Amino acid sequence: MARSKIMISAGDGTVAAGQRVTLNPKVARRSFLKLAAATAALTGAAMTSRMTGTAKAASGPKEPYAGSEKIKTICTYCSVGCGIIAEVHNGVWVRQEIAADHPVSFGAHCCKGAGAIDMVTSSKRLKHPMKKVAGRWTPISWDQAIKEIGDTLVAIREKDGPDALHLNGSAKVSTEMAYLQRKFAAFWGSNNVDHQARSCHSTTVAGVANTWGYGAMTNSLNDMRHARSMIFIGSNPPEAHPVSMQHILHAKEKNNAPIIVVDPRRTKMAAKGTEYVRIRPGTDAAFVLGLINVIIANGWEDKEFIRTRVSGYGEMVAAAKDYTPEEVENITGIPAEQTLRVAGLLARNRPTSLTWCMGSTQHSIGSSITRSFCILQLVLGNMGKSGGGTNILRGHDNVQGATDMGVLADSLPAYYGLADGAWKHWCRVWDVDYDWMVSRFHEKEWMNKKGFSLARWYEGVLQEEKCHQYTPIKALIQWGCGSNSNSQYDRVVRAYNKLDLLVVVDPFPTMIAATCDTDNIYLLPSASQYETSGSVTSTSRQLQWRCRVVDPVHNSRDDYQIMELLVKKLGFADMFYKNIKQVPEDITRELGSGALSIGYNGQTPERIKKHMENWNTFDIDDLQAKGGVCDGEYYGLPWPCWTEEHPGTPILYDVSKTVAEGGLPFRNRFGNEKTYDASGRTENQLAAEGVCNPGSEVRGGYAEFKDVEPGTNWETDLSQKTIKAAIARGMAPSGNARARCVVWEFPDQVPIHREPLHSPRPDLILKYPTYVDKENHFRVDTRFLSEQIPDLVKDFPYVLTTGRMVEHMGAGAETRSNQYLVELQPDMYVEINPRLGNDIGVRNGEMVWIESPEGGRIKVKTFFTERVDEKTLFLPYHFAGVLLGESLVENYPEGTAPLAVGEPGNVVTNYGYDIVTQMQSTKDGLCKIAKA
Amino acid sequence: MARVKFLCDVERCIDCSGCVVACKEGHHVPVGVNRRRVITLDQGKSGEKSISVSCMHCADAPCIAVCPVDAIYQRDDGIVLVNKKTCIGCGYCFMACPFGAPQFPKGNIFGARGAMDKCTFCAGGPEENFSTEEKRLYGQNRIAEGKVPLCAGMCATKALLAGDADVVADVYRERVFQRGSGVNAWGWSKAYGKE
Repeated sequence: MARSKIMISAGDGTVAAGQRVTLNPKVARRSFLKLAAATAALTGAAMTSRMTGTAKAASGPKEPYAGSEKIKTICTYCSVGCGIIAEVHNGVWVRQEIAADHPVSFGAHCCKGAGAIDMVTSSKRLKHPMKKVAGRWTPISWDQAIKEIGDTLVAIREKDGPDALHLNGSAKVSTEMAYLQRKFAAFWGSNNVDHQARSCHSTTVAGVANTWGYGAMTNSLNDMRHARSMIFIGSNPPEAHPVSMQHILHAKEKNNAPIIVVDPRRTKMAAKGTEYVRIRPGTDAAFVLGLINVIIANGWEDKEFIRTRVSGYGEMVAAAKDYTPEEVENITGIPAEQTLRVAGLLARNRPTSLTWCMGSTQHSIGSSITRSFCILQLVLGNMGKSGGGTNILRGHDNVQGATDMGVLADSLPAYYGLADGAWKHWCRVWDVDYDWMVSRFHEKEWMNKKGFSLARWYEGVLQEEKCHQYTPIKALIQWGCGSNSNSQYDRVVRAYNKLDLLVVVDPFPTMIAATCDTDNIYLLPSASQYETSGSVTSTSRQLQWRCRVVDPVHNSRDDYQIMELLVKKLGFADMFYKNIKQVPEDITRELGSGALSIGYNGQTPERIKKHMENWNTFDIDDLQAKGGVCDGEYYGLPWPCWTEEHPGTPILYDVSKTVAEGGLPFRNRFGNEKTYDASGRTENQLAAEGVCNPGSEVRGGYAEFKDVEPGTNWETDLSQKTIKAAIARGMAPSGNARARCVVWEFPDQVPIHREPLHSPRPDLILKYPTYVDKENHFRVDTRFLSEQIPDLVKDFPYVLTTGRMVEHMGAGAETRSNQYLVELQPDMYVEINPRLGNDIGVRNGEMVWIESPEGGRIKVKTFFTERVDEKTLFLPYHFAGVLLGESLVENYPEGTAPLAVGEPGNVVTNYGYDIVTQMQSTKDGLCKIAKA
Repeated sequence: MARVKFLCDVERCIDCSGCVVACKEGHHVPVGVNRRRVITLDQGKSGEKSISVSCMHCADAPCIAVCPVDAIYQRDDGIVLVNKKTCIGCGYCFMACPFGAPQFPKGNIFGARGAMDKCTFCAGGPEENFSTEEKRLYGQNRIAEGKVPLCAGMCATKALLAGDADVVADVYRERVFQRGSGVNAWGWSKAYGKE
């Protein structure tokens, strides 16, 4: 009855409304509009504005912010690198406009990027330099802060040596700034420098670079549009890389591409997939080796690709043979018939795009897991092809750039390593005397030793595990790096309180400010990345220029200014800034002149900015500019970009194009010949006869270029003549080699499964034990076998894994300070299967204690969901501000406590580190749970 | 005259809430008021689907029909707006709306229910274009600037379409056509599926 009344009166209402419209001249004026929700019709991807009319108001303004400036910049959250158009009026960022013609994002944002403006407008920003005086936060001047910090650092250096300082740098700063962080550590005289990539994709870089030369995503987000099938392992793009989904879903819709999602959780990605594979955490390698085994057993491998471009194949096949579908089921929990079905899907739908993220990297065998993925793609012949590739989605917005710049304990910029040759190369770039550089170190040998890593720097402070450094760590600079991403976070907190000096450089105070009880701490307010400028490298290896939107707000300074203050105070500014007058452009030029190994030399600031200005001219499908001033170039000049004329390399290892046009063979990085330990067979490591880029002078494999300039190679010839000579001959400076199935430098030369250190399967520990303990692993002893106790599961029966939520990012200091994101996700929680919840007697929404074998405890709310199975608990890792059940909100400087606080999930993530890179193993621990 | 419409393509919506924050940040909507929200069904189960919902700017809008003070009106282009200065906050529109779109902010003189607030299709309200008063009460008036609504313009996967209903239909039709034959075609599972 009510319904019919509404229907009848609705008609009257519309008439009445219509009368009101005509009666109200202001409204009538606005109804001239002809609205169009239009699309780039070819792509069906973009809902852009094709408004055919604008307001024809007879009087009054035509826009709200007359004379405003529209600045193109790049979102600071994830590595997709979405475009933002910032509207600035009288020096104030007034609103975000839709960057509808950005060639990757097409105006799109997730909830974080849609509120990017909050980074500048947030009331929770740190407003002044602060120090703790007698337990109270006290604002101080920049002069005082830099003087006191500098004096303390110099005193520590004199007394304890340069390695008493550890620098945790950042994937959230520009590439130029990341480069300065690494350069700062070098000039200070220590390799104790690292950043978020350690816990994000260090095992990827190690595994992938050791397979075929470079450790980055091989294709691009846009290229995923061409995939005929897709497999996501430990990757959840709707939460972690939402805007990439428009390209992924395009492949699903247009190509009918099956999407296989392999994850311990039935994620949002699984909701968009066509096949969901539930896997036990930490068993990825076993599953993928099982797929390889099935593919080979059925003769589905790409025999020609393997014959011409792959090495160590026979040795790999011998090792993979053990992983039958039945054994895979035993290890992973994946039904044998599903492994068979997935292998068939991949074989029938080529090319396959393979994506993995932190679900696969954060394991004690992470560097084996990542290699197994590479090998799967080699076996299927999916490398160097549009629609194929290993599309490893990076996390933070500039983690690719910061990794490339070597903010790492084990390398100088551009993966040159720490050997003498690398130091000499960079000293030439920096135009400083090598002997002076040596003199900066405690002793020469410390130049060549890996430093403490982000994962375990605090062991150098606590000294509870055996460390291999002449001094404990006494001082820490935490620069743009959230702290609660460290596993065993309660131990990290103890380290903060033991330090002589702790300097936090961040736009927000971060959890460190709340956990540090002593007076050793300084907070320096850095400007957000919208208040500075520089290049950022997206996951697709594209360099984009993040333009400054507004000047630094409050009493904050941008990162470059803070670095300059510090370097001047420490007395090596003349040496440090020798080539740098214009910031940041001169830094871009300097790092480019040295980072030849990854081809960062072709991307001049002018070229990058030109791409930004003309981003509308790039094609959605291949990212190449079609006409216009960037004609023929690929968006963002994806590295390697060998010369200032080079268009960038859109797809790595693609031999269908000339090198000058962006083609590239596998890199010759591991010698020309190898005799394998396992088989005794000797194999040529260069590509087979006939495989090369078009126009190559050598019709087959060739070694990397050297001695064009005597005594140098293509990586160290600063004149770049070697690179140019190679390209002129149609060849790649890096050679034309095979991709390796056998990595003879690694403890497992062919990837195999090994049980997680804390495994729920005592029987499998016996069959697939971990490695023997490793001494002096990034300066600290690391336990493997002695930590793998079969009985542990009796007391800690549930598998604990962690991950992302779309509303928050990283350690959450930024996003938990945004009122709208907090409204969407206000609480820390644990995902628990309703069946398990009922079994242990808790209800949905009740509080529980979760405890790790190390004794870490968190008190969190339950969230009943079938995303997880009955044996697995899932924690988001973005929360902080509560520790061991106690709120620390009072400890933040006044007015800066985040709007949402919660227990950091990483208090209960377990001990365990990758054997090669010391990546923390936070995805496969054990825990127990009890009602609080 | 074109009529505006929203369309949310559930095959594309990934529950990222980009539309929600685009709306809130763009119009400075207070916390607790949701002009748009994402609803997820069967979360964590097979068949999980999400959809973004707001005022649908109904052609025959029940809210207009029931409003006792005629505070709600419809423009010629179909956008349904409320005059907050007339609204008494009674909530009849909330009862009548099939989508739960009308919102009632907390903490003003009306107590728990202030003047009704809802999606404006980014078209402001009855106040002078771009005036401080319009911005305060309704947020931006992007339509008067010739710009598309923020939620659809910023949608991560282009699931949410907004604008002239005919054009929206064209975009969606092209997309569905592109989804090809076989199991990805819309309605396939209904016609030929097992369940």
